[in-house]
Amino acid sequence: MPIPSPFHERTSKLCTSYRWKDWSGYAAVSSYDTTHEREYFAFRESAGLLDVSPLFKYEVHGPDAAALLSRMMVRDVSKLKVGRVGYSCWCDDYGKVIDDGTVTRLADDYYRVTAADPTLHWLQAVSRGLRVTIEDSSARLAVLALQGPRSREILRAALGSDGAGIDRLKFFGAMRARLDGLDVWITRTGYTGDLGYEVWTEKAGALRLWDVLVDAGRPHGIEPAGLDALDVSRIEAGFILLGVDYFSAPKVILEARKSTPFELGLGWIVDFERPAFPSFIGRDALAAEASRLKRGTAVPGGWAPGRVPGGWALVGLEVAWEALEALYESFSLPPSLPATARRDGLPVYDDEGCQVGKVTSHTWSPILKKYIALTSVHASHAAPGTILQMEHTVEFERRKVPAKVVKTPFFDPERKKKP
Amino acid sequence: MNAHAGESRPEAHRGPYDAVVVGAGHNGLVCAAYLAKAGRKVLVVERRRQVGGATTTEEIHPGFKFSCCSYVVSLLRPWIIRDLDLPRFGYEVLPLEETFTPFEDGSYLLRDSDPERTKRAIARFSPRDAEVYKQFGQKMAELGRLVKPMIDGLAPDPLARNPFELMRLAKFAKHLRGQGEEWLIGNVKMMTMSAVDFLSEWFECEQLIAPMSVSGIIGTFLGVRSPGTAYVLLHHYMGEIDGSYRAWGLPKGGTGAIAEAIAGAARALGAEIRLDAPVERVLMKHGRATGVVLENGDEIAAKTVVSGVDPNRTFLRLVGEEHLDPEFARQVKRFKMRGSSGKVNLALDALPEFACLPGAGPQLRGDITIAPSIEYLERAYDDAKYGAFSRRPFMDIVIPSLTDPTVAPPGKHTMSIFVQYAPYKLKEGAADWPNQREKFGDAVIDTLAQYMPNLPSRILHRQVLSPWDLEQVYGLTEGNIFHGELSLEQLAFLRPVAGWSRYRTPIHDLWMCASGTHPGGGIMGAPGALCARTMLHARAV
Repeated sequence: MPIPSPFHERTSKLCTSYRWKDWSGYAAVSSYDTTHEREYFAFRESAGLLDVSPLFKYEVHGPDAAALLSRMMVRDVSKLKVGRVGYSCWCDDYGKVIDDGTVTRLADDYYRVTAADPTLHWLQAVSRGLRVTIEDSSARLAVLALQGPRSREILRAALGSDGAGIDRLKFFGAMRARLDGLDVWITRTGYTGDLGYEVWTEKAGALRLWDVLVDAGRPHGIEPAGLDALDVSRIEAGFILLGVDYFSAPKVILEARKSTPFELGLGWIVDFERPAFPSFIGRDALAAEASRLKRGTAVPGGWAPGRVPGGWALVGLEVAWEALEALYESFSLPPSLPATARRDGLPVYDDEGCQVGKVTSHTWSPILKKYIALTSVHASHAAPGTILQMEHTVEFERRKVPAKVVKTPFFDPERKKKP
Repeated sequence: MNAHAGESRPEAHRGPYDAVVVGAGHNGLVCAAYLAKAGRKVLVVERRRQVGGATTTEEIHPGFKFSCCSYVVSLLRPWIIRDLDLPRFGYEVLPLEETFTPFEDGSYLLRDSDPERTKRAIARFSPRDAEVYKQFGQKMAELGRLVKPMIDGLAPDPLARNPFELMRLAKFAKHLRGQGEEWLIGNVKMMTMSAVDFLSEWFECEQLIAPMSVSGIIGTFLGVRSPGTAYVLLHHYMGEIDGSYRAWGLPKGGTGAIAEAIAGAARALGAEIRLDAPVERVLMKHGRATGVVLENGDEIAAKTVVSGVDPNRTFLRLVGEEHLDPEFARQVKRFKMRGSSGKVNLALDALPEFACLPGAGPQLRGDITIAPSIEYLERAYDDAKYGAFSRRPFMDIVIPSLTDPTVAPPGKHTMSIFVQYAPYKLKEGAADWPNQREKFGDAVIDTLAQYMPNLPSRILHRQVLSPWDLEQVYGLTEGNIFHGELSLEQLAFLRPVAGWSRYRTPIHDLWMCASGTHPGGGIMGAPGALCARTMLHARAV
């Protein structure tokens, strides 16, 4: 049974729809109202306030903290400056992704790691022989994500005389601040692909943090937002989700379900430009894979059932609306799509009707006015502009609609990174 | 002015433009964009300093941006949004889900997108109607879906004699026959009944009938009991068919942002837009339109001229009666413009509160309808019949700043009030509007203050637009917001003149692309797009 988050006293009163879901053992709001639409538009037009406390969080202290995280992550974390956040994933020995998350360097020898899955055991395993202490701060810290074009103004107002600091905070920057007497960390990060921040504080200050942000946000149209709105936003932003768009290597039975960072579009994070020793976990396998990719002969991880030459690629799909409309018209129906983002996998075919991939997340994008999907396809079908056929069910009949491969993010507003 | 001045120009000087579009209203822009997309060289000339016409956002008080005229997106065609890739140019529509109606006895009705909540709200007045409400919506959506091809294509024209047209008509007749008797009966009823009578066949409680009936009269000089007003109710439900595209909603940045997005698309496709360039008349030569003359005397030659202004203005002012057959001129004059509504825009220091339901909840963020009873609406119409504005008018109100924070400073708000009836022709004459304008504004605020007692104290700035102002500022003849009433006898093949519903005019190379043509007014874009399509199909350009 899920337990309440530190913000439950506030969120439970506002959640008039009673629409909750279990997020890592916590009760998390799906949508406060019967539909998530206003909450979605708050992310895109004003600001949405989202309780992200259920994230797994770890504090890594000590002289070897950088060494530990650099060894664990495909990114060279030691290059991260104090006050910066880095996005990374980490792999097993065979270069297969275990999880992804952020690393924030709070001080010289102090990092905070977030993860979608419990990661303490992995941090401990990697830390053998290193001078570090690792704390699971998941339950100790309360975190709110404030996301949307007005989030900066709201934080500036909430910070009062310290407000100027927020204007200097760059994309993926972190700063310490006093917020109405609360000691907080603010990071310019989020999962909506918009301008946005996450505010971290001790659990005891949770309600105060909520109230301060809501008060400061009221003139700017702040709305408490739930996970349904987040799901639409994150697909628009092209962000993958563990357990939905990919699976953690140690948790799957089939080799074919595992992914390399390259197959998830995360190749850009893998940093081979660092000394060969100490190495990072999965380096040899990833280096071999990278060179196979270069030669075009990759069969990642060797042959296994379900594996395809060239591996998988994570791409965006845009469904051809005219074709969808025509499909529904053939049933004498107007087109209708699910009201929320969906995670039911849908097969994707090439022109000859061979299955070449699977849709893992799909949603109607209200801002782009397009039906979009995150999709794993055979690398041979991943070139932007490729037309694939996606399964679509109408009146219990499985049909296909054409969809075009596009680059992600689908939605990438300038304000996200703007100084 | 010599209307034949253009005739002295030699043929070779007909200029580089394939089309010159008069007026950068949303339809003019859509038409220009489609022509440009087909590779034609297009120039749009606009009298004002900004694009949009009545699809406009203006900062009438520092920091407050208003959709001065049209205030919601209504049925903008999804295929136009796709063809022109409008989201790329800033087109965003925000939800407008609630309809709030306060009544004179202190009760209220709040309908929203949650069917169960709405059902409970209606049940307080009539448990029976609460059950029927959803069925009604479904039935109307079905009817709307069958009529929808009408607004996405040319009007079927029974006056046409050519075989293609007869084939189209036969196909349409078959389409209708295929729908069965129930549908036909429903449709005939809709075409002929009044909004109130039609709704009364479904519902018993006036608290539901009155606010629903007003969709049938918006922009017309008719009352909710006038025959023919039921049909326009359908438009509301047609929007729901477009589903995800959100045909009814609040445009981000006001309706002007829609015009800007279409203009952006048009420019990207190669169309040229010239602002601050009022057209004085259409250049005529041997009965053909050959370009336009601007008020500053500049002549712009073009293969075709497309009028984005209303039919009255197009033919009686820009072309001139001397170029028209008398019968056609008479028909144009008969085309009912007669504006019946005005607009009051308020900049607010803080949110006002309803006495019946205080606080800043959903009652403020959707559509607020002041239509408490049928008698109220009929009395409002009575005033107008005798040449006065309604002392207690019907109002349709939105507070866009609650959903779109970009239109007002933080914590402040904009309120858009559509007011009916405000007849263009006052007893004292239309020109008396400047004298009565503020009195009209006072009547609006007084009426609203009955429901929102603290509203007057929160007003920072007030803009009152009478139909006379709409004509002066936006060039809407007689202040008619739809370029001619959307009443049955002025729709489909009868819009604007029988036999001329296909965007052509009796003047060669002069076309019409705006709301005065099929399928009519509202931010739909269909007239502009269908005009361009017809021109291209006819190889006129």
